[in-house]
Amino acid sequence: MRERLVRRWAREYGLPVLAMAGLIVLWEAVCRSARIPVWLLPSPVAIARDTWQWADRIPGHLWVTFYEIIGGFAVAVLVGVPIAVAIVYSPLLRRVVYPILLVVQSVPKVALAPLFLIWVGYGPRSNILVAAIVAFFPMVVNTATGLESVEPELLQLTDSLQASPLQVFWKVRLPWALPYIFSGMKVAMSLSVIGAVVGEFVGSDKGLGYLILTASSNMNTAIVFGVMLVLSALGIVVFWAVCVAEALVCPWYLPPQGERR
Amino acid sequence: MIAVRDVSKIFTTRAGDTVVAIENVTLDVGADEFVTIVGASGCGKSTLLKLIGGLIAPTTGQILLRGALVTRPSRDTGMVFQNPVLLPWRSVRDNILFPIEILGWPLREYRTEADRLIGLVGLRGFEHSIPRELSGGMQQRVSICRALIHDPPLLLMDEPFGALDAMTREELGMELLSVWSERRKTVVFVTHSIPEAILLADRVVVMASRPGRIVTSVAIALPRPRALEMEFQKEFEEYSKIIRSAIAAARTRVS
Repeated sequence: MRERLVRRWAREYGLPVLAMAGLIVLWEAVCRSARIPVWLLPSPVAIARDTWQWADRIPGHLWVTFYEIIGGFAVAVLVGVPIAVAIVYSPLLRRVVYPILLVVQSVPKVALAPLFLIWVGYGPRSNILVAAIVAFFPMVVNTATGLESVEPELLQLTDSLQASPLQVFWKVRLPWALPYIFSGMKVAMSLSVIGAVVGEFVGSDKGLGYLILTASSNMNTAIVFGVMLVLSALGIVVFWAVCVAEALVCPWYLPPQGERR
Repeated sequence: MIAVRDVSKIFTTRAGDTVVAIENVTLDVGADEFVTIVGASGCGKSTLLKLIGGLIAPTTGQILLRGALVTRPSRDTGMVFQNPVLLPWRSVRDNILFPIEILGWPLREYRTEADRLIGLVGLRGFEHSIPRELSGGMQQRVSICRALIHDPPLLLMDEPFGALDAMTREELGMELLSVWSERRKTVVFVTHSIPEAILLADRVVVMASRPGRIVTSVAIALPRPRALEMEFQKEFEEYSKIIRSAIAAARTRVS
């Protein structure tokens, strides 16, 4: 039984893991044989060694970036969902708010980061704001799409039962939109990671983005790579957290095992 | 029960053109009568059903439900659509209890009624399943139970078996009849299947298109309870012939 499980795992993941390992070995080999200077392209071993030496400094910065990401994400969700609701329920608001959103969306949001620096000052708060504004748009669009995708017959049914608008919202529209909201959250979370790091690039003395910036200005390329890896791991973890939340909140949405495409 | 008086419905398209969905339709449906409306697609039979349900307003004419003018949807109607449109996050039982929840009636009292209906349509054991775990036919059974749970005197069904395979379709038709015989109510049932229309109905109303109108109405005198084998009886074939020729005649008149 256990042996079969191992074999299945090997068949499923064996090749990609092997390819990845091969690539790392190749990288190491090229760096050593071609004597590429460590500031240009550090070898995997050098990255691991140097990063390990910085290990005590990383957690503090990791924590700052983590809460900037979560803060930006939370603001995007808490502001984006109500705006989407307002847009769906009020044609007037839709006509007023939608063009504004489109204009805001078309501004390269990275360019807003220096502006936030002026408005709310240096530090995590302005980075949260950058993360939030980057993550906010997909939240609004996905939520609005979800609320509007309710099947018309279902609304005819609630009509015929003379359901109140609140009943329709809580019992039909919002749960119906949940899978859409979660797919918006997945995009928002990924964008929030980008926003937080961009914010840190522009102005911060904490966080993984700041760490990358300092390391690169010291030509400490191995650390740049190492922190980048930590950052990717963080990105994967927060994304995965949204996926887990989705599976818990709307289990009905996942196709049953064996039918998964 | 239902009185449709000289009703027309004209839709305006986005381009500003007007489309006459139905014109000068007059129809009376008695209490506890099972009426099927048959016709080709585009003849306005679904529009007529929506008008009776109060989901849309007539352009001219009026519709009375038990003597009262229909101006908005009534809680006295149960609705079944071509698609089951169940709430995907709710179990079978909770989907059936959905109208009770909306109406604010005591849920606990209706739980036994929900389970009784579940048994009646052969879904015992699936009370806690969610829609995606059910076949299309099973889902439609749930949606019929949902329409019946608050025991409305009027049941409006818009091609409820249209998306099902022929065998499931016949099976569900017979189940619907047995539910109906046990708890009589007025049924208006839209279909494009002539045999289905005859087998279920006390009366078949034939509609034609451009403009949507009632061509004829055929009382079905087959004894109840109905059985699938009746399709091979002579009377059944007679009815079928009458309805078919009425549809054909309406078609030639247009072209």
